[in-house]
Amino acid sequence: MRFVDEYRDPELARSLARRVAERVDPQRHYKLMEVCGGHTHAIYRYGVQDYLPESIELVHGPGCPVCVIPMGRIDDATVIAEDHPEMILTCFGDLMRVPGGRGSFLDARARGADIRVVYSPLDALRLAVEHPERHVMFYAIGFETTAPSTALTLQRAKAERVNNFSVFCNHVTIIPAIKAILDSPDLRLDAFIGPGHVSTVIGNRPYEWIARNEGLPIVVAGFEPLDVLEAVAMIVDQLADGRAEVENQYARVVRDEGNPVALRAIADTMTLRPWFEWRGLGSINHSALQLSERYAEFDAELRFDVPGVRVADPKACQCGEVLKGVLKPWECKVFGTACTPETPIGTCMVSSEGACAAYYNFGKAARQRVELKVKA
Amino acid sequence: MCLGIPGRVAEFDDTNPHLAMVEVTGVRRRINVGLLEDEDLAVGDWVLIHVGFAMSRIDEEEADRALDGLRLMGSGFDEELAQLLETDPG
Repeated sequence: MRFVDEYRDPELARSLARRVAERVDPQRHYKLMEVCGGHTHAIYRYGVQDYLPESIELVHGPGCPVCVIPMGRIDDATVIAEDHPEMILTCFGDLMRVPGGRGSFLDARARGADIRVVYSPLDALRLAVEHPERHVMFYAIGFETTAPSTALTLQRAKAERVNNFSVFCNHVTIIPAIKAILDSPDLRLDAFIGPGHVSTVIGNRPYEWIARNEGLPIVVAGFEPLDVLEAVAMIVDQLADGRAEVENQYARVVRDEGNPVALRAIADTMTLRPWFEWRGLGSINHSALQLSERYAEFDAELRFDVPGVRVADPKACQCGEVLKGVLKPWECKVFGTACTPETPIGTCMVSSEGACAAYYNFGKAARQRVELKVKA
Repeated sequence: MCLGIPGRVAEFDDTNPHLAMVEVTGVRRRINVGLLEDEDLAVGDWVLIHVGFAMSRIDEEEADRALDGLRLMGSGFDEELAQLLETDPG
């Protein structure tokens, strides 16, 4: 078993693997979906699948915030930045290489647009304070993990009356994405591994319908490979017992009620959009956030003309199928050939949390490349 | 992006209760602790930091685990840590 020495407690890893092996039904095939990019990364990085019987298939869902942004939303921000010479467009580093129909932010920067990477939305706000003659737009992305940071930044911008700052909001919410996956006829799932950090914000209760109405177990898990293995063991136990419950493997960090301060900050500054387009999943109702009326003055979509570009993904790119868990990264036609982390065609190959990039860097293909090098 | 980096609260800002200095892998950095305002956070407490904000209070054992896990993650973590330590949203 690969990386076994890198596990904090190799013996615990082995005993969890034995527990899973003892409780699986050999006649049955299990599909477990994780909806968090951190889990996807850990699964490939540590070869978690190697510890599990073949009948357990780990399927990667739409949990990588960069991956689910449609190309048109990249183009919209590019157009705003290029049309306004006073603009400084700011974003997280992961976003710079995401291809839009007019190229990536890196390409736009090479053409002359002022686009800068920030670590925190607060860095973008500070940039606005330091450059009163410019306008600083922050390209906000992320699930409920990140939305509270944008929310607190907006509250501060309002309190300090920083009027040359705006947010281009692309925050998305996890529950409607899970619903869309379950409504899709392409895939039949047996259980979910719930997202750890999203759940520190929203808590465990929003998942109850998955157990109650869909009859599927969901276990919220931490990010260590041992956490993921234990979550799989808890899921297999539930399925063997005929139970479907929300369980919390990550109780050392996640509370049932989540973080009420964070939820209040989101509710103050943002409101649900009627719909939002997700890469691969299409338009999903009430699945994303826009700024609330109280914060309209900071809403880049009200402040600037947004072209509302809609671009179909390149034909060769199958990110959409990968994001839905229908295709495995290596089953995509361009994986590892035309599409690599150096020259990505689709978002799943851009972010280190994307299933394709994680598999490319740490999966079987990466191992084979290393073996080839050793032999050569 | 979904990574949480553990840091230990070293000092609170006298002028703004939402700001604190934390120690991250031995380096001091200012972060926003507003999301934990209900937690009675004290000097010496450990927190998980996400894009410049303390997201959860954790214990020391969890901090050790999180840091070990992140170190093994490799380059993605190195970049995020470097960014965290370089910037100061104060």
